[in-house]
Amino acid sequence: MQLDARIPSGPIEKKWENHQFEMKLVNPANKRKYTVIVVGTGLAGGAAAATMGELGYNVHCFTFHDSARRAHSIAAQGGINAAKNYQGDGDSIYRLFYDTVKGGDFRSREANVHRLAELSLNIIDQAVAQGVPFAREYGGLLANRSFGGAQVSRTFYARGQTGQQLLLGCYQALERQVSAGTVKLHTRKEMLDVIVIDGRARGIVTRDLVSGRIEAHLADAVVLGTGGYSNAFFLSTNAKGCNVTATWRAARRGAGFANPCFTQIHPTCIPQSGEYQSKLTLMSESLRNDGRIWVPAKAGDTRPAAAIPDSERDYYLERIYPSFGNLSPRDIASRRAKEMVDAGHGVGELRNGVYLDFRDAIQRLGRDAISERYGNLFQMYEKITGEDPYAVPMRIYPAPHYTMGGLWVDYDLMTTVPGLFAIGEANFSDHGANRLGASALMQGLADGYFIVPLTIGNYLAESPRGGVDAEHPAARDVVREVTARQERLLAVQGNRTVDSFHMELGRLMWDRCGMARNEAGLKEALELIPELRERFWREVRVPGSAADLNQSLEKAGRVADFLEFAEVMCWDALTRDESAGAHYREEHTTEDGEARRNDELFAHAAVWEYRGDGEPPARHREELNFEHVPLSQRSYK
Amino acid sequence: MNLTLHVWRQPSPRAKGDFRTYEAAGISPTMSFLDMLDLVNERITQEGEEPIAFEHDCREGICGSCGMMINGVAHGPQKLITACQLHMRSFSDGDEIWIEPFRADSFPVMKDLVVDRAALDRVIEAGGYISVRTGSAPDANAVPIPKPHADRAFDAAACIGCGACVAACPNASAMLFTAAKAAHLSYLPQGQTERYERAAGMVTAHDEEGFGNCTNHGACQEACPKGISVEYISRLNRDFLRASLSGIAAAGRGD
Repeated sequence: MQLDARIPSGPIEKKWENHQFEMKLVNPANKRKYTVIVVGTGLAGGAAAATMGELGYNVHCFTFHDSARRAHSIAAQGGINAAKNYQGDGDSIYRLFYDTVKGGDFRSREANVHRLAELSLNIIDQAVAQGVPFAREYGGLLANRSFGGAQVSRTFYARGQTGQQLLLGCYQALERQVSAGTVKLHTRKEMLDVIVIDGRARGIVTRDLVSGRIEAHLADAVVLGTGGYSNAFFLSTNAKGCNVTATWRAARRGAGFANPCFTQIHPTCIPQSGEYQSKLTLMSESLRNDGRIWVPAKAGDTRPAAAIPDSERDYYLERIYPSFGNLSPRDIASRRAKEMVDAGHGVGELRNGVYLDFRDAIQRLGRDAISERYGNLFQMYEKITGEDPYAVPMRIYPAPHYTMGGLWVDYDLMTTVPGLFAIGEANFSDHGANRLGASALMQGLADGYFIVPLTIGNYLAESPRGGVDAEHPAARDVVREVTARQERLLAVQGNRTVDSFHMELGRLMWDRCGMARNEAGLKEALELIPELRERFWREVRVPGSAADLNQSLEKAGRVADFLEFAEVMCWDALTRDESAGAHYREEHTTEDGEARRNDELFAHAAVWEYRGDGEPPARHREELNFEHVPLSQRSYK
Repeated sequence: MNLTLHVWRQPSPRAKGDFRTYEAAGISPTMSFLDMLDLVNERITQEGEEPIAFEHDCREGICGSCGMMINGVAHGPQKLITACQLHMRSFSDGDEIWIEPFRADSFPVMKDLVVDRAALDRVIEAGGYISVRTGSAPDANAVPIPKPHADRAFDAAACIGCGACVAACPNASAMLFTAAKAAHLSYLPQGQTERYERAAGMVTAHDEEGFGNCTNHGACQEACPKGISVEYISRLNRDFLRASLSGIAAAGRGD
């Protein structure tokens, strides 16, 4: 597997500008002759499809949802970063770049991150022009808040629904192109495989979720904006439909998968309330701006929060990290919460959370100000828990939330399969081993609006155009394989439900490849996963038929893929014999319990190559060079 | 607690549907309504039957997927939440719960509780956007927007496109949805240029999709999980009237 990141030459602040000039162009009259497939209608996919439609490409955009407005980007709450420096607090492109590389614990590619920081400015402009109603001050100008891992206020927000507002802007731009005829939207169609012809991605195979029809769609390039794989843990903050199928199927067709063990555990989620819970709910990290995190100083203290005097509370983040306090990065805040709960300081009926307390902020700013900032989050919390967070502190606990790992891409966001691009959470590029808050929306939109619509031209200008259709033998082969797999799932007719396997996998992964990992546990997982997979194919029961709307069959295909992919996550976690960001190996910690990197051996992205069923995947590496942000031990004290 | 569910089962769009009764035993009050349906579905599946098809995704009240009628009310008995945010503590041991799909001619049932709401996307396609090409935007702070305008735009923009307003309306009108989107954009300076074309295009598309007219029942506002006000409908009506008088509505958008 060749890993050439093709980073442009020149000083870091000039690379993207130079590259834009050097890239080959497709002239405006020729663009409509190129067909591009975009899979996914979240911020990355929707933005890419809309923009490529505007540029004149013939775009086919696919989603398994009923509408392009439903992708999980919509659930992002807190905000989006941009180095606008509207607050005049010393922010700059370079500072956002620096914070992101450091926050990622030095496992991301500097050139990509700098480009992301540059484009952050354009994103805010674009969104505002589309009518995205960001929060404003009384003077009518845009408001900002601060967010974890940063000491400037650079986060733009729209109450607690920044993702929904950005996605609606993007969806409206997309519907405009649908109306203009440049984008054909295919809803309720799930991508189940990639078609590779002569070494290039030339299409996808989808299942129509209503008729069950398996179809080949051919194109000149394919863009995957299909999100992350946190649902490998079953319980996560991701929407129920989020899955790894598109990216894993691409990996099976030759796309390298980078850093699959870098999975982010978000510190502020509502703790699990019972055994049958289907998903966890995130409470925006922005709450940490005004909420103070604490636990009873004495283990096993079961008094209600109000009965515990301040002197008997442990505001542990403020104590351990005086300069960042409650705004410490996600990986650190999560691990410290786990430590507290493991040590018996947990709160709530199941003793499985820590407090996030707004008492002081309400006293300082008034209830109205807090309601203005977080009203809908407080309402959401109350609906779920039945507790009023204005009166009693919220209870929170970490949960799987985002995956930094993803398909390996070069500077142009192209995978190791020529013509196959990956954008947004589906790629690995910008967040290293830990993503800072309010950076996912930024990256999805930078990739979708501003990067891939240009870099795809650089590929198309030198690639074969057309000449393939659904009758091509390669396309027919993939259709046949996909159809056979559906039939196989239905034919097992065992006695266990799909969900029961998904839950078992999730528990296994959470225990052995979750917030803390060690060699023995990972080796055990690598024994257990193949066994579980075998049992799945022997015992699963998928009722109904392949010829109509069958949600069990949809889930079964996704869980079958998680059962393959989970193994790669564990291989990656095992062979990355260091701690870095969200990847916390218990064997590698500093004296005060922080992650201890090993830059000598692991300052690289690990890229996994699929080598066939039953074969361990091969590990390749892209060395990472840190010329601008000197390698150092992260300190948030 | 133990509950009895009467659930609309309909195998396909053209098949005839009917209610089937299921026992939901051992339900905890901390479970969400959809957790409860999951549990019932697990049991149905183990008995070899096809589980109840229903749409859901984010399960935190923002994606707008999970529309269904619960005891005759869109999204169930609690105000200002979606079905996925409803928790079983709202019910009591022994309750009977009737669960149906959203009913409207423009929302054909596809299977069980799943309906086709693509008509709402076509209303947006008919002008529910601001025409701005990627990369052509001025600086975000170039035009200050008075906070009250921004706040009103935001209140309208909170719509999640779930279709509860249509299901609740005796005329199956989607005017609350349409008006909310139009108002979100018409309260902002960016949205002025296309304001009247937008009103004309969206209202025309709304009618062409077979949604009924608004006759001021207000049931939509009651059902809306985001509390969107019917006042936006009168605003859209004014814009539509102005578009009609100036000849914009008759001419259409032309795209």
